[in-house]
Amino acid sequence: MSNPALAAPAGLASPATVGMRVRAAGRVLVSRRARLALFTVGLALLFWEGGKLLFGVPWRADGALIWNPPFRIPFFNDINLPHIWAVLGGFFQPWQRGKELLLWEYLAGAALFTWREAGLGFLFGSAIGLVLATVFVHSRLLERAFVPYVIASQTIPIIALAPLIISAFGQSMGSVVLIATYLVFFPVTIAMIRGLRSFDPRALELMRSYASPRRAIYWKLRLPASLPYFFTSLKIAATASIVGAIIGEAPGGIQNGLGRVIVTFSNYYATGPEKLWCAVIASALLGLVFYGLIALVEARTLRGRGPAG
Amino acid sequence: MTDNAPVVRLDGITMTFSRGGQALTTALEKIDLEIRRGEFVSLIGPSGCGKSTLLRIIGDLIAPTAGEVTVNGKPATRARLDRDYGMVFQAPVLFDWRTVQGNVELPLEILRFDRAKRTARAREMLELVELGDFVRHHPYQLSGGMQQRVAIARALAFEPSILLMDEPFGALDEMTRERMNLEVLRIWEQTGTTVVFVTHSIPEAVFLSSRVVVMSPRPGRITNIIDIDLQRPRNDATRETERYFELVTAVREALHHPGSTGSSGSTSSTSSSGSAAGPRPPSTGRLAVEGAVG
Repeated sequence: MSNPALAAPAGLASPATVGMRVRAAGRVLVSRRARLALFTVGLALLFWEGGKLLFGVPWRADGALIWNPPFRIPFFNDINLPHIWAVLGGFFQPWQRGKELLLWEYLAGAALFTWREAGLGFLFGSAIGLVLATVFVHSRLLERAFVPYVIASQTIPIIALAPLIISAFGQSMGSVVLIATYLVFFPVTIAMIRGLRSFDPRALELMRSYASPRRAIYWKLRLPASLPYFFTSLKIAATASIVGAIIGEAPGGIQNGLGRVIVTFSNYYATGPEKLWCAVIASALLGLVFYGLIALVEARTLRGRGPAG
Repeated sequence: MTDNAPVVRLDGITMTFSRGGQALTTALEKIDLEIRRGEFVSLIGPSGCGKSTLLRIIGDLIAPTAGEVTVNGKPATRARLDRDYGMVFQAPVLFDWRTVQGNVELPLEILRFDRAKRTARAREMLELVELGDFVRHHPYQLSGGMQQRVAIARALAFEPSILLMDEPFGALDEMTRERMNLEVLRIWEQTGTTVVFVTHSIPEAVFLSSRVVVMSPRPGRITNIIDIDLQRPRNDATRETERYFELVTAVREALHHPGSTGSSGSTSSTSSSGSAAGPRPPSTGRLAVEGAVG
């Protein structure tokens, strides 16, 4: 008893065109975002150099005076705010006088090293967060008993905690990973307590009508439904893991990472301010790249859930 | 339909809800009902008459305050654990992270069907609801009516002996709804499943059912059971027969004047006990008294 009237309604677009439209919309969105990002960076640079143009110290090229700002505000001097070209140029100078290695190469190596620690902390921390959240959503009692401590743990300043961890576990990469882990588990735990409860209650009724065991409800309903929350928390965790690793490196005695580089360059800030700025930019880029990777995995994983997902 | 034992038996089902631990709302009061194998029974009534609650009690999604539900000769909980129920809700409740095929396979995964059997079975069900070309689609790519058909395919996939449908087409436009009604009748005729169908649409109830159970609110109770003796198979022409209009009128009268039916004696006490025959509604003397099942 096939009935032609039951075929797809005429108004519905074919799957191919839907997919094309979604992808095209995505491209527009990306290019719009890119333009917006360029615009904000441009605006910041304009204020930076504009301030130096009006209030900075005399501009020189090869010792010759090329511009004398009409006003003087100490904040805009070349130590506080080096010229942008000085900072960018810094990337292509030796990282230390008399060395072969250029600063950008040196920073890239340090960033990769820091990323290793951050990445491990990220893995451990998000796994711990996921397990804790899973326990808490299955037991109100444990949730009430332990969530306050999870929150309290994050009120301890990391600069107070880092020396404690290092004195307990020694100056090692393990201690640095632990500090990163510590910063990562929190956003994941809190977001996943919410995420694992974000399923449609009617879907739970559906699962119960199948006499579904708890395990299947977790794996087939709660966990997949929580993924948007999971990825949001992972993006926070990615950047937090890098901050944790950098902060942990200095007291942790790690010589090869961005943390040590930042400490060294800040000690020599007066003689080479652009180097610290370069290190700051490198740290920011590392955070952005990590964040971007998670966002990429997120987009791939959640593809198919539709525009709202 | 050789087996004449009831698939569903309700004995004195009462449901009270307490609000703030004090005021009690009686959602359902002493409901008795029997539904036989292969029947298509609609529960109809105004909002708040407890028809959805009754369906959820039959499906063991909530427990009644008092009374007994027997399904296939077992308590409702046992029946649920034995996977006797397929549920379809007003919203399709599809998992947006799964494809259409994946959604239909969901219950089969939980019932531990092996992969090959799952795939074949889901495909078969999707063919049944005429969505064979959409297996790889994601729910958001389908219209509301198509999504609801996926939900029906999912409910039927593991061959439950009873299909519980809670206003499944309530959110659809009138034209889609009429098409879905035809669809559901075709599926019911092909599978021989017993269906309990909650609706607030009189034409829908009459068109689909072998019996229409009319309920009234505060407290929710059965005021009338009307046998629908329209010929099968039913189709669009059925909606234009005189008999169809008579039955629609009869259900409407029963809904609007519960208890005031006088001569036919269709009060809750008499009607709710009947399973084989609905009491004669007052407006027309021609309504069938015999069960016109199938």
